[in-house]
Amino acid sequence: MPSSVRMTVNGKAVSGTVEPRTLLVQFLREHLGLTGTHVGCDTSQCGACVVHVDGVSVKSCTMLAVQAEGAKVTTIEGLANGGLHPMQAAFHEHHGLQCGFCTPGMIMSAIDLVKHNSDPSEQEIREWLEGNICRCTGYHNIVKSIKAGAAAMRGATK
Amino acid sequence: MYDFSYHKPSSLAEAAKALGSAEDGKLMAGGMTLIPTLKQRLARPSDVIDLGGIVELKGIRRAGNALVIGAMARHAEVAHSDVVRSAIPALAELAEGIGDPQVRNRGTIGGSIANADPAADYPAAVVGLGATVETNKRKIAADDFFKGLFETALEDGEIVTAVSFPIPEKAAYMKFPNPASRYAIVGAFVAKTGGGVRVAVTGAGPSVFRVAAMEQALAKSFTPDAIKDIKVAADGLNADIHASAEYRAHLVTVMARRAVAAAAG
Repeated sequence: MPSSVRMTVNGKAVSGTVEPRTLLVQFLREHLGLTGTHVGCDTSQCGACVVHVDGVSVKSCTMLAVQAEGAKVTTIEGLANGGLHPMQAAFHEHHGLQCGFCTPGMIMSAIDLVKHNSDPSEQEIREWLEGNICRCTGYHNIVKSIKAGAAAMRGATK
Repeated sequence: MYDFSYHKPSSLAEAAKALGSAEDGKLMAGGMTLIPTLKQRLARPSDVIDLGGIVELKGIRRAGNALVIGAMARHAEVAHSDVVRSAIPALAELAEGIGDPQVRNRGTIGGSIANADPAADYPAAVVGLGATVETNKRKIAADDFFKGLFETALEDGEIVTAVSFPIPEKAAYMKFPNPASRYAIVGAFVAKTGGGVRVAVTGAGPSVFRVAAMEQALAKSFTPDAIKDIKVAADGLNADIHASAEYRAHLVTVMARRAVAAAAG
């Protein structure tokens, strides 16, 4: 039975009518038109759908929209504030992508990492990316971008 | 996904009531197994009862010589909890090794043990530490909780509320992870307590099991060498594209030795 759901997405209060089985990613993409969050595998493995819910990274294809009732959600569209977010800028600068499909999830995951660990090592970055799959790059430039993005984020908070 | 009715009770009593009145109700903790199962239409519950709003199921606390972890504690909370890190560091490390960061941000200890996946990590700690599973109806000893493949002692309408772990002298968990899923191909949890030594193995069989011969040898000498010649039989162990039963049997000794080395060091 459809029910109403309310949450804050990228700082704006939003609401909609969804079925209980509507996934958070479907609500974001199909109800709110925020198509920056991607669906890659649909089996909870690839991480293209990573968003932040109440400050932590989650796979939005593995959460029901109704579970996010009252939550604060941030998607890739919510990062840029005037200019690109430092992590987005680092992916641009260091070419941390080829086709770009996994990139929104990579960036959302990377920002969550930097929240826990402001200066991650290459090994720590690679371990953190366990839940994000890229089929183009071999991860080399993604890791480089995250290192640079973390440094830029440290600089930005000083 | 088939449609279902969704409930989000705010107390354990309400959850039990919703479960009791549903035609084919299913409890949802973190949803890390349930939601993918529903997406593949491998299950069709009439009602999903979300335990995410129940405060009674949250929290991690020290209670005398035990560590009590609420059923809805997320893996990331257990991994980063100072209380867990000081009481049973092996448990924090186990939690840190589950799945990936996003799974750890949602998945819960209660969901993991109620699901009883043969390759899940937590069952090894629950049995390896001789924990007690607390439910809305009773307390169940770890050795009586896991019954088989995806099978536990939980009865209809029974909800896991917490797991109480006695604090060991030494403990460690070592696993040989599947490189894609990070589930344990074989994982061994070894604990030394005042009452003796326990060795619990996950991933290898249909359900977590103890290795009595290793426990006895380690009680005499808590060193990796004490168990180097103790093998488990391959008969009845899991076999799939990732590892044969023989390979898993071999890994049991390897992982148990590594766990003893880590615990003793």
